[in-house]
Amino acid sequence: MSNSDGEPVASAKIKVVARDVNVFYSDKHALKAVNLDVRANEVTALIGPSGCGKSTFLRCLNRMNDLIDGARVTGTIAIDQQDIYLKDLDVVQLRARVGMVFQKPNPFPKSIFDNVAYGPRIHGLAGTGAELEEIVVTSLKRAGLFEEVKDRLNEAGTGLSGGQQQRLCIARAIAVSPEVILMDEPCSALDPIATAKVEELIDELRQNYTIIVVTHSMQQAARVSQRTAFFHLGELVEVGDTEQIFTNPNHKLTQGYITGRFG
Amino acid sequence: MTEMVEPLTASVTVAGVNARLRRRYAVDRWFRALGVSAIVAALTFLILLLGTIIGQGYTAFAQSQIRLAITFDAAILDPDGRGDPAVLGTADYGRLIRQSLETLFPDATERAQRRELSRLMSPGADLELRGMLLADPSLMGRTEEIWLPTSSPVDQLVKGHTGRTAEEGGQFTDGELRRIDRLRSDGRLAARFNKWLFTQGDSRQPELAGLAGAVVGSFYSLLVTVLLSFPLGVAAAVYLEEFARQSRWTDIVEVNINNLAAVPSIVFGLLGLEIFLNVLGLPRSAPLVGGLALTLVSLPTIIIAARVALKAVPPWVREAALALGASRLQMVTHHVLPLAMPGILTGTIIGMARAVGETAPLLMIGMVAFVVNVPATPVDPATALPVQIYLWAASPERGFVERTSAAIIVLLCFLAVMNAAAIYLRKRYERRWG
Amino acid sequence: MTEHTVRSYDEELSHLNNLIARMGGIAEAQLDASIQALIRRNSEQAGKIIAADAKVDDMEHEVHAFTVRLLALRQPVAHDLRFIVGALKVSGDLERIADYAANVAKRALVLNQLPPVPPMAAVPRLGRLVQEILKDVLDAYVDQNQEKALRVWKRDEEVDDMYTGLFRELITYMMEDPRNITPCIHLMFIAKNIERIGDHATNIAETIHYLVNGTPLLDARPKGTSVLPEPPPAGEGN
Repeated sequence: MSNSDGEPVASAKIKVVARDVNVFYSDKHALKAVNLDVRANEVTALIGPSGCGKSTFLRCLNRMNDLIDGARVTGTIAIDQQDIYLKDLDVVQLRARVGMVFQKPNPFPKSIFDNVAYGPRIHGLAGTGAELEEIVVTSLKRAGLFEEVKDRLNEAGTGLSGGQQQRLCIARAIAVSPEVILMDEPCSALDPIATAKVEELIDELRQNYTIIVVTHSMQQAARVSQRTAFFHLGELVEVGDTEQIFTNPNHKLTQGYITGRFG
Repeated sequence: MTEMVEPLTASVTVAGVNARLRRRYAVDRWFRALGVSAIVAALTFLILLLGTIIGQGYTAFAQSQIRLAITFDAAILDPDGRGDPAVLGTADYGRLIRQSLETLFPDATERAQRRELSRLMSPGADLELRGMLLADPSLMGRTEEIWLPTSSPVDQLVKGHTGRTAEEGGQFTDGELRRIDRLRSDGRLAARFNKWLFTQGDSRQPELAGLAGAVVGSFYSLLVTVLLSFPLGVAAAVYLEEFARQSRWTDIVEVNINNLAAVPSIVFGLLGLEIFLNVLGLPRSAPLVGGLALTLVSLPTIIIAARVALKAVPPWVREAALALGASRLQMVTHHVLPLAMPGILTGTIIGMARAVGETAPLLMIGMVAFVVNVPATPVDPATALPVQIYLWAASPERGFVERTSAAIIVLLCFLAVMNAAAIYLRKRYERRWG
Repeated sequence: MTEHTVRSYDEELSHLNNLIARMGGIAEAQLDASIQALIRRNSEQAGKIIAADAKVDDMEHEVHAFTVRLLALRQPVAHDLRFIVGALKVSGDLERIADYAANVAKRALVLNQLPPVPPMAAVPRLGRLVQEILKDVLDAYVDQNQEKALRVWKRDEEVDDMYTGLFRELITYMMEDPRNITPCIHLMFIAKNIERIGDHATNIAETIHYLVNGTPLLDARPKGTSVLPEPPPAGEGN
């Protein structure tokens, strides 16, 4: 169904390859034979109506679906040619490689420093306290938050504004040096200014990470992404360059969805 | 808007709407009045209950005592002069009291009068003197003014619970009444703070019966209960909530735990009797066994409370931790448990409060025995506060009536302290949510 | 196309469509009237046409303002976006068409002062052909019918051929008798104006193709014989 299958992409490196991915929740077929290539150092937006499977697909990429009772994933998903659904693959390691940012800003009820330091601590990424501090500062800087919070690293992360909290969550995710960052509607709880800041950040982060973002805002997909994939009823209907999807989508369903012609 | 909005149907008129609005407000007010009266009723019952108990019980915190000049006469107590504790322990301290009383009332020369004199004092007053001497041997040979407990009838008379004359239920002869009046006017007879209530174990004599044994027994039982049921309950709840996959098996476990919480506690007592006493052969009447039985009683409550507290931790906390690559155990110990702790602690303390008031299982494992000594370890025989209340309430002596209420007051204070602890812990652990 | 979930959006798009259709109708009528004024040597009618041109200009401004509003408030994408941008372009084309029709009327006023010349009959023929093309392309726009638009686009060849023929005919007349030069030059400009109207109709056809398909009409337009020499074939690589 997608138009990019087998289409040779000469210049861009492919980071994530999904082939014939199916997801079942008990007897519900939530994702149907999805084939999708995600290019490295690009932002790929997943759009589609609620319950279309875009979040499900996102959660396949760091195996968060494993946590749901009765969830079953078939097909193959590979990151850098390594199948992430192999039996002996360490999920904890995978989640260090594939970071995730959630819909609602969800800093831990701990200090700003501890929020960012948590990942490096449990993965043992810092040998000394000074190293840990450096990781925290670098991550906060990359997330564009350092200047705003440098004087209050020991205050609660939950005391920040919504947009700051979300950037703190992004800092927390990049503190473990992931290769891929998954974002599940990262701006849906934020005001327009905070949204703009996070979108700007996403665009900057593209230099170093491969980003996949689920969004309900078509404008956001158009603004931040290079590639857009449209899901409907568990199927990947169409994937293509964002510009093409938003000016001249190939599929009638995509057209109907992005122009607001069906619920 | 200047135009009138057309009503939807012809029957809807402004007057009709207003009338219905008035009715709705009236129902509102009715409901509020109902709620207020329910609270008033509940408060009335509570005040009535507390009022009765405190009204009956506060006098038990005082005890009528007579100040006597006691001479620790070595010739009576220690004729050999060797200071042997065995000899001192069995000496006739009652004679010291009799001598002192006879000095006060030299006119009492007849046998009957002398018997009347010794009826003034509690039969346990000599034990008080023995305790003093054993604690401080230097008293030997000296004369001290010492407050000693009166007998229960005198105590009741002083507190005004019984009348002076026979018609009023008094049991005293004129001579006795005269002596009592003289002691009072001399300032030798007064109601003073009842230290025996807090230092003594149970006794057949109301004036000597204390709660120390019951309090310590309850404390030991509770200690055992906390040490067992908190870790067990939390571990079970964490496993069921965070680790176990939803299956028929966990459903069965869940239903059974909920059922156990509703099982009458006497059943747990029977279970404790059979397993702990008959099979394991643990000592009868011991707080250890009481604590084990109370663990059985409170465990379901704690598991249910802990599961509710864990369920109340928002799922995004788990997702955030797992998405960063935390293992399940790290997720639970670093994030979920600290957030659930206030709820778990509250649940635990409520479970403990239930356990501390529990009588039935303790009756079954023999903690209802008459125990005079304050238990030193959890395996010594003991009673518990609610059992003590039951025992005293069943005693016929007039002096036990006020003591029963006093014991209830102590138990209520115990509960109040525990609830205060629960509130304090919850406030301390409570975090602000983002 | 199915309806938008937001009904007012649909209403706005159809309002835009109506504006374009009305504007097209007026441009068409202006062209028709100017040719009539030319044939019948009716100066009064010609004057009306020149006066009516301002109305088309106003409508173009209205379309501009309305599309800007739609772009700002609805953030259209895909077909909607192409439709709105297309409307903007088509309104520009229609404004030019009406302008040319007014130009024809102005020259008709001048011609009415001069004695008639024989090639007068050939110009209305060209006019009617372009009128037909304009009518078809406006129909194609209203129906969003790209096949029809493509047919119109191909007919531009006929216009070019007819215009080239007319050009030669007028030159012959001017060579025959120098007194013919003044009316013939005016007729030449009228023919040129009508030919430009045909070109704008072709532009509209291209716009229709883009807004239906989302891709520009890329193949070379079939060109008829030109009055100009063929450009050198060397690729300048644009």
